[in-house]
Amino acid sequence: MTKLPPSSQNRDPVPVAALRRRTVDAYALEARAKELGTRSIKADSQAAANELTIRCMDLTTLEGADTAGRVLALCNRARHPDPTDPSCPPVAAVCVYPSLVRVAVEAVAGSTVKVASVAGAFPSGQSSLANRLDDIATAVADGADEIDIVINRGAFLSGDYELVHAEILAAKAACGQAHLKTILEVGELGSFEAIRWASMIAMGAGSDVIKTSTGKIGVSATPPIALCMAEAIREFEADTGRSVGLKLAGGIRTAKQASHYLVLVNETLGSKWLDPDWFRFGASGLLNDVMLQRRFRSSGRYARPSDLPVD
Amino acid sequence: MNENATSNMTGTTGGAGTTGVAGVAKRFTEYAPALESRSIVTIRSEYGLWIAGEERDAEAGAAFDSVDPATGQHLTRIAEASQADVDAAVAAARSAYENVWRDMAPANRARYLFRIARLIQERAREFAVLESIDGGKPIRESRDVDVPLAAAHFFYYAGWADKLPWAFTGGVIPRPLGVAAQIIPWNFPLMMAAWKLAPALACGNTVVLKPAETTSLTALLLTEVLTEAELPPGVVNIVTGGASTGAALAGHRGIDKVAFTGSTEVGRSIRRATATTGARLTLELGGKSAQIVFEDAPMDQAIEGVVRGIWFNQGHVCCAGSRLLLQESIAEEFSERLQRRVEGLKVGDPLDKNTDIGAINSAEQLEKIEELCEVALSEGARMYRSSATLPAQGWYCAPTIFSGVDTSHRITNEEVFGPVLAQMTFRTPAEAVAKANATPYGLAAGVWTDNGAKILWMSQQLRAGVVWANSYNQFDPASPFGGMRESGFGREGGRSGLDSYVTLEDAS
Repeated sequence: MTKLPPSSQNRDPVPVAALRRRTVDAYALEARAKELGTRSIKADSQAAANELTIRCMDLTTLEGADTAGRVLALCNRARHPDPTDPSCPPVAAVCVYPSLVRVAVEAVAGSTVKVASVAGAFPSGQSSLANRLDDIATAVADGADEIDIVINRGAFLSGDYELVHAEILAAKAACGQAHLKTILEVGELGSFEAIRWASMIAMGAGSDVIKTSTGKIGVSATPPIALCMAEAIREFEADTGRSVGLKLAGGIRTAKQASHYLVLVNETLGSKWLDPDWFRFGASGLLNDVMLQRRFRSSGRYARPSDLPVD
Repeated sequence: MNENATSNMTGTTGGAGTTGVAGVAKRFTEYAPALESRSIVTIRSEYGLWIAGEERDAEAGAAFDSVDPATGQHLTRIAEASQADVDAAVAAARSAYENVWRDMAPANRARYLFRIARLIQERAREFAVLESIDGGKPIRESRDVDVPLAAAHFFYYAGWADKLPWAFTGGVIPRPLGVAAQIIPWNFPLMMAAWKLAPALACGNTVVLKPAETTSLTALLLTEVLTEAELPPGVVNIVTGGASTGAALAGHRGIDKVAFTGSTEVGRSIRRATATTGARLTLELGGKSAQIVFEDAPMDQAIEGVVRGIWFNQGHVCCAGSRLLLQESIAEEFSERLQRRVEGLKVGDPLDKNTDIGAINSAEQLEKIEELCEVALSEGARMYRSSATLPAQGWYCAPTIFSGVDTSHRITNEEVFGPVLAQMTFRTPAEAVAKANATPYGLAAGVWTDNGAKILWMSQQLRAGVVWANSYNQFDPASPFGGMRESGFGREGGRSGLDSYVTLEDAS
């Protein structure tokens, strides 16, 4: 609960005992998230929202059936999301399994697109810490710029917050220069209070970004969950002077949904977060809907989905 | 962790300027105007009174101007009812009561009310746009709150119309009162009309309704709905006008019931007038309601709740949470964070879908608000006012918070009826209760705490008609609303809302 002196990106981890554990009122949180969803994003703001959505996207493929060929195709799309429009910016990153990091690194070389890899026994995290850290180290050695790990939900739900914190700390060390994005897997935490507390622990342990979900279970990012995490980031920054990024993953499929998340981030955290350094969408299907909206804005008519590339 | 405070991930961005990501973010966050089209409404140049199902001019030919508070521009001219017009309206209501409505099968009365509810829903956008043009409230609120709640009240009381014997049990028979005079305020014009009309009609009464002088238009649009619903002529009559019309109606000898929502001052004069006529009375008057935030409250949600509690509808809400009581241990942090939140509120054109705070309803009201702010400053209060830019035309007031005040300041005692919050602190629950109750009013209160026992204890101690726990300004037709002490008496909404419109006959 101690208020730490603000500093420019304080590098020290914040121990569990010094983190603020807040209650959350679910109804009021949901009401606020709903209210933010009533903002009407039109005209130039809508065009800007589409562009931000592309720039802040982690184009993702995380399937057992992934191959080098599929990852190459994904990397091409990441660099040139719209082959007919050279003004279309590249996405922020591609997100792949560790075994495909090398393929992706080579494919995006020379572009601004980063390579993110899920590591640490994704998506369950149910493996020994040594194995998980090894997984991370391998992905980093293969050239991953960013590592997406999952928290130890078993430890969290049984109340062993010190263990959760210590494991994230270890993962951060294993990342070296790579950036750490910590997945809370919100759908397994059971309440907004747990989501907020897990956010604080992940931030306290030095995560560069906190992320909603793996996309592998039914519940993933929703506006109230995103708001809950954004409020935690806001408070952590106020207390420690350190800004932390937010990544929303799972279930975000339309440009309109994305623009409402941008509203939520803007009005909760401020416009600084509308930047791929601080905010990401983890998605695959979203890109094509944004493309449809972009083409509509430039041509005045809707393209056929069949006019767009397939993943 | 990254050395560079401005780059978190891996430096993917193009930096500042209009083409870099910061430029794109700026284009996004400025939220391009999202104006709701005015074309759905037709505002005529003149409106008459609505008596016995027909529009007619005022007998004396008198009329008054109505203006758009967002611009100060003239909107239309509306007939001003005199004593003779009020007589005619009351006579029409009496005739409809005795010949049609009182003895109609209750299930048939219900059908009319259901029809009205559905027609309001069908024309919801039209009502919402007109409400925002005429009264200055943000279209988001008229669209999402006022109009849906108006329809919901008709639906709710339509359901009661043929079930009154189950609302009043124990050897009594509920009978209608007769003709009800209903005088409503300018803050929720259509919604207040619905709150008043629906229970009165459901119980078998007929009505003469007087909308507020500055906001008559949605009540007049409602006459089209009543006509389309084929409501028998005279069951509802609408007389427009100002204070003299209201006085003629409230003191009329031919009415059986007065229901008034408005200021405590006018409420007092109506109570005097009805003392000599024998009409039954319910009053829903002013307030100076407290929002109490304990240190164990969910802070981020409490901030949003306080914002909703005071800045909803520009603070033109009888139950506005205009006094904020903060536990001392969190007061400083809460206050800082609240101000940061208020900076994000968008003040401007009521028809822009992104407007949070619209226009003040009238020049007169704006003057009253600013006058009370001046008084607060002269009494030594500290003022925070949002830096939002206000439109050049029309009547606007930026959200304002006064701190450094206590229960002896006028700003903590008098109803501002505007976007102005007075902030105080407390140390213990007992002190919070004492301060919250230190008012002649007693309409509403809000309590923010994570502790269930504290909520229950506080709700027993607070002298207020409504106590909201971890929320504020929650309205539902099934939930009774009303005040105590100088905030009035009688309840609207829920089963209790029927009490005001029946007399109970002994069945034995």
